[in-house]
Order: sequence, then structure tokens, then C-alpha cells
Amino acid sequence: MDLNILWFILITVLFVGFFFLEGFDFGVGILLPFLGKNDSERRVIINTIGPVWDGNEVWLITAGGAMFAAFPNWYATLFSGFYLALFLVLVAIILRGVAFEFRSSDTSPRWRKTWDWMIFTGSFLSAVLWGVAMTNIVKGVPIDAKMQYVGTFFTLLNPYAIIGGLTTLLVFMLHGAIYLNLKTTGDMAERSAKTAKMIALVAIPVILLYVGLTYFQTDLFGNIGAGITLLSAGVALVLSNVLIRYRKGGWAFIANSVTILLFTVALFWGLFPRVMISSLNPQWSLTIYNASSSPYTMKIMTIIALTMVPIVLLYQGWTYWVFRKRVTEKDLHY
Amino acid sequence: MSELILSRLQFAVITSYHFLFVPLTLGLSVLVAMMETWYVRTGNETYKKMTKFWGKLFLINFAMGVVTGLVQEFQFGMNWSEYSRFVGDIFGAPLAIEALVAFFLESTFIGVWVFGWDKLPKKVHALSIWLVAIGTNLSALWILIANSFMQEPVGYILHNGRAEMTDFIALITNPHVLYQFPHTVLSGFVTAAFFVMGISAYHLLKKNHLDVFRRSFHMAVIFGLISVLGVAGVGHLQAMHLVTAQPMKMAAAEAHWETENPAGLVLFASIDEKGQKNTSEVKIPGLLSFLSYSSFTGEVKGIRDLQASAVQQYGPGNYIPQVTSLFWSFRIMLVSGMWLVLMALLGLYFYKSNRLDQKTWFLKILIWTISIPYIANTVGWYMTEVGRMPWIVYGLQKVEAGLSTSVSGLSILITLVGFTLIYGVLAVADVYLLLKFIKKGPEEVSTEESPKSGIKGASLWI
Repeated sequence: MDLNILWFILITVLFVGFFFLEGFDFGVGILLPFLGKNDSERRVIINTIGPVWDGNEVWLITAGGAMFAAFPNWYATLFSGFYLALFLVLVAIILRGVAFEFRSSDTSPRWRKTWDWMIFTGSFLSAVLWGVAMTNIVKGVPIDAKMQYVGTFFTLLNPYAIIGGLTTLLVFMLHGAIYLNLKTTGDMAERSAKTAKMIALVAIPVILLYVGLTYFQTDLFGNIGAGITLLSAGVALVLSNVLIRYRKGGWAFIANSVTILLFTVALFWGLFPRVMISSLNPQWSLTIYNASSSPYTMKIMTIIALTMVPIVLLYQGWTYWVFRKRVTEKDLHY
Repeated sequence: MSELILSRLQFAVITSYHFLFVPLTLGLSVLVAMMETWYVRTGNETYKKMTKFWGKLFLINFAMGVVTGLVQEFQFGMNWSEYSRFVGDIFGAPLAIEALVAFFLESTFIGVWVFGWDKLPKKVHALSIWLVAIGTNLSALWILIANSFMQEPVGYILHNGRAEMTDFIALITNPHVLYQFPHTVLSGFVTAAFFVMGISAYHLLKKNHLDVFRRSFHMAVIFGLISVLGVAGVGHLQAMHLVTAQPMKMAAAEAHWETENPAGLVLFASIDEKGQKNTSEVKIPGLLSFLSYSSFTGEVKGIRDLQASAVQQYGPGNYIPQVTSLFWSFRIMLVSGMWLVLMALLGLYFYKSNRLDQKTWFLKILIWTISIPYIANTVGWYMTEVGRMPWIVYGLQKVEAGLSTSVSGLSILITLVGFTLIYGVLAVADVYLLLKFIKKGPEEVSTEESPKSGIKGASLWI
């Protein structure tokens, strides 16, 4: 296997990690104003992700860094092409990140309410925008012979991409609701489970619609493996819905995580070996070869990544173990 | 306005703003880690109070640093895509390593530290803030390795129309970064030291929690004095290096127009950039040669000659950066540094002679001195980055060639206004919270009051 393929896989893994981990952070953030009836309930909700959200976000930063290092042309074309969309992503991340730290630093109800809505807005925007972006990448966007994006911001807002955004929004909301069911107790856990059931009812038809549209709008199903993986993502979502109904919170969380994993893998697999598809001329697509760094840089980065990633997984895993207990109102000293 | 001006303005806003938070993070993480270590070793609750009080201020600042840093990583691709294509093979690597080695470490363990007070053994908890401190400082190392390539390209060849890495070891041992890293990190330590000294001075004036703030002051003044002397020493070596590595930057910062041997140092001048001369100046003969080569003889090339040889080497064009603003930023940085050395020396002297509390004038000055490192940091970066002009990568790519070609001026304007507005609002919220927690002072951490000990009593510094 050449290193270009390895780095494509590594970037896929980073996005899987990002969507899996930040997925429930986004979901929890979106549900915050609705599930938290009073201030201490909202603090319980925030504290379920409090210790981990910052570390989870680094998966995205690392994915960005990895794209830059391994496929500079991918990074350059995508970031300059999806300019305003990425601006919105950044605004969302800024609002959310600061809000988590700031909201409990003042007791005024107005102050807290403002930041809670910032958390909601940031999470909501992120959840939608990532679906829109991923869908456009798989669908293909106007890229010219010089690897330059020649569309506009509105090119990205096509109906298929919006369904894509809706899909990730619902899947992440579901992810967050099931996570809250696992990490809280009593009435809060009960309400989270109920919410999860409601979200699942909407999420299932939307993801099926998305799979159908993908069949017509992209060449993803030309790759049998990717096609089956995408269908399996839908099946895993249905399964997760069944498991919630049977009150198997832990298993439902695993099933929904598998949905996110398969969904992300399917999109990247359908893309392979391209990294950006040109809708103008297939010859102009960016691939893992014409977008890549030199073999020397690839080699250096491989050595470093293969050393560091296991270490990171180890200590991040350890933090989840430290904070494995459910969060109750008794735990609120921070 | 042109795309170039808007993009440069945006870079200036985003980067300067980000670097308001970074230096304090670099230094305060280490100070808080030291406080908690003292707490673990002595069991003295005062140190726990200190850890929590300064830790809270650290967290407010840290959050801002994290989110504004993300914009920093994205903007290379967004506004400078052609630059990213040109140097991605080299520049991307340290950025990715920074994320893998440093960001994961600091972001994971900051969560552990904040939420782990009751869940972890004391030593493991203290270890987690040390890991945050190591992570933030490692992060500085990698981003400065990337920046140093822009100042002084090493370990590369031009191939396939771009710069490609040929020697990773050369990249990470770039002479530029060997000076820049200690200079930057120590400036961060200085920023944090004067932050702690200034706020301690405020509370000492108000006679609040004297024990907490005397100890904080003591720690900070020693930390600050060592760091500020380090900054000055390394800064001098760095300037000597720049005379040969980036002669135009140094010549501009000294408003040194004509080649001289021995070269005199212009202390103050009124500069005529168009006429390429100083209309009036105060000059000390031989000093520039001495500062450059540690010898009172030695030729220092002037801006005019450097421009002429740049034209010969790179073709026609203007290779002179903005002399006036560079000249004055350099001087503001130097004067700030001297002021900080003086304050640290006085602070230590008053503290050691047990007169700190009575010197109210000095404590009042210290409160205002909190701002000085921030000014020095900002003008220092201004000099580094503007002094590199017209190059985005010194000698390899000019700044206009690095610009994104697919982004319209309107888009850049929208994001420039957007970021500026958001950053403005966040600055207000940030300052509001900092002031609130500073004024509130430390909270009682346990019902048992620790016995008030004398200034010298239990200090580990002695």
C-alpha cells in the first residue's frame, strides 16, 4: 500500500473520530435549551461533555493539519473554495467553545441564557454544515483545470447537500440524546430517551432519502463496497431506533456510533482515490496523487503519525474512563 | 480595496488578536502548575487557593486562545491558498505535528484538570496541569518552526513549481527557530509573571488575602526576572543572527540607509522613506557594528545597497519594508523590555527587604505594567512579520503570489468584518469576566484556615 492511500485512510479515520466524538457534543449542545428545564439541569447537560469536548474538537484540527501536510492541494482548494461555508464553521466553533467556558462564570440568568443559545447555535450550525460540506465533496463541485474552485457560496446550497446537512443534524442530535440517556440519571435520562425516540422517527426517513438521492446524484454506488456501506449505515440507524425502544441505551449508542462510522466511511470510500471531484471535467478532479505532498514528507509524517496516534488514543481513552460515571446535580461544583 | 490589502489586514487582525491570549497561556500554565506542585508537596492550602484563583483566570484566557487559534490554522487555506500549495509540503508538516503532539495533549488534559479535582489523586491532578503547560509550549515550538521557514527557508528544494522538503532535521533545527522559540516562550513567561505581579499588587494595595498574594508575587517576580533577562539575552543573539539572515529586516528596523563601517546606531530619527534618508537623527558611532558583530568594526549593509543587490538577485521591484513603523516598533519593544527588567529588579528588591506592602506607588505602577508585555509582544510580531515584506516566504515567494485566487474581495471583506465584530464582542466579555474574577479574589477552598505565615516562612524559593 502506498503512503498516499495510507494518508487518505488516516484522514478518513480522523473524520470518523471527529464525527463520532463531536457528534454527540453537537447533539448535546443542540438539545441543551430544550432538555434542560432549569439552570442546574442545563449544567448537568453541559457537564456530561464538559471534560471531553475540547479534546474531541482536536480531531478536526488534526484532520485539517493532516490534509495540509499530506495533500496541500486538497487543503488549498477546499479551504479557499468553501470559503464562506468555512467562515460559518469557524464562527460556530468560536461561539460554542467560548460559551462552554463563559456561561457558568456569571450567575445572571440573562448572561447564562445568552451563552446557552450560543452553544445551541454553534452546535446546530456545525452539525448542518458538515453534512452540507461532505455531500458537496462527494457530489462534485465546479473545479477548473488549475485546481481552483469556480463556483460560489450558493453552489454549495443545492437540495441534495441540504438533505445531507439535515441527515448529519438528525444523526448527531440522536447521538447526543442517546449519550445524555447514558450519562445522566432519573428524569433527565428518561426525557433523553423519549427525545431520542422522537428524533429517530424523523432521522430514519431522512437518511433513507439521502441514500436514495446519493444513488442518483453521485457515482458512489458505482463502487459496490461504498454503496453497501452507505446502506448499512441506514440499517444501523434503524437498529439503533429499535434498541432505544427496548431501553437498551448502551447498545443503541453503539448502533448509532456504527451509523456515523459507516456513513463517514461510505462517503470517503465513494470519493477514493479522488479527494475533490470536479463537476466540470473528471480529468480536473483532485486525487490522492495530484494533490499530495512529496514522498519524503509523506514518509516523515507517517513515522510521526504512527507513533503519536496510538498514544493520543490511549490517553483520550483514559479520560473517558476517569469520567465514566453518570453526571448528577450533586456533581455540580464547577 | 484590493484582495491583497484585505487579506493582509485580516491576517493582521486574526493573528494579533490570537497572540493577545497565547503568551499568557504559555506562562500562566507553568505558574499554575508550579503553584499546584507546591500545594501537593507542602499540603499548604494557600497554594491550593492560589492554584484555583490563577487557574480560573488561566481558563478564561485559554478558551479564547483555543478558538482564535483554530481560525489561524484555517486561514492559510482560506486566504492564502497559493501560498499553501507552494509551501504545503513543508509548512503543513509542523502544523499537523502541532495538532498531534501538542493540541491533543493540552485540550485533553485541560478537561481532566478542570473536572478532575475530586476524581483523581492529587499528584495525578497536578501532573495534568503540567501536561497542559508542556502541550501549550510544545505547540509554540511547532508553529514557530513553521513560521521560521517563512523567515529563513531551510532544508528544501524547488521542485514541481513548489518548495519541497528534503531535510526534516534541518527544518526543525532552523537557526531562526533556535532564537525565536526561546524569545517567544520567555516573553510569554514574562507576560504571565507581570500579569500575576500586577494583580497581586492590586490586592496587596487593598489588603486582601495578603498571604495568597505575597506568595503569588514572590513566585512571579522570580519567574519574571529570570524570564525577562532571558528574553533580552536571546533577543540580542537573535538580532545578531538576523543581521546576516534577514539583513533588510534589521536595516529597516534600525533605519540604517547607507552601508557603513563601522556602523553607527540610530537611537531616534525622523525618517523620510521616499527620500530614503533620515532627515534628522541621534546616532552613536560604531554601536550598530558592535551590536551586530560584538566588535566596533565591521560593515553593516544599508537599506539602499540591500535594495540594489535584491534587484540584482530577484529582478526589479521594491524590496524595502515599511521603515518608519519597523523602526519604532523595534524601539517600543526595546524600551518595554528595559522597563520590565527595572520593574522586576525593583519588585524583587522591595520584596526581599520586606517593604513591598509599603511601596504603594510601586504597586500602582505594577498594575499598569500588566499592559507592557502585551505591547512588546505585539510590536515584536509586527516587526517579525512586516519586516519580512515583500516576501511571504523570504526570497522564494512574494506576498501577492500567495493569495487565494478563487476568493473574491467581497468574501474577504465579509469575513474580515465578521471576525472583527465577533472578536470585539468576545473581547468585551473576556475582559468583563477577567475583571470580575480578579476583583473577587480567591475563594476559601476549605473550612480550615491555614495559619498565616510570614513572608519568608514556608516559601520553597529560599
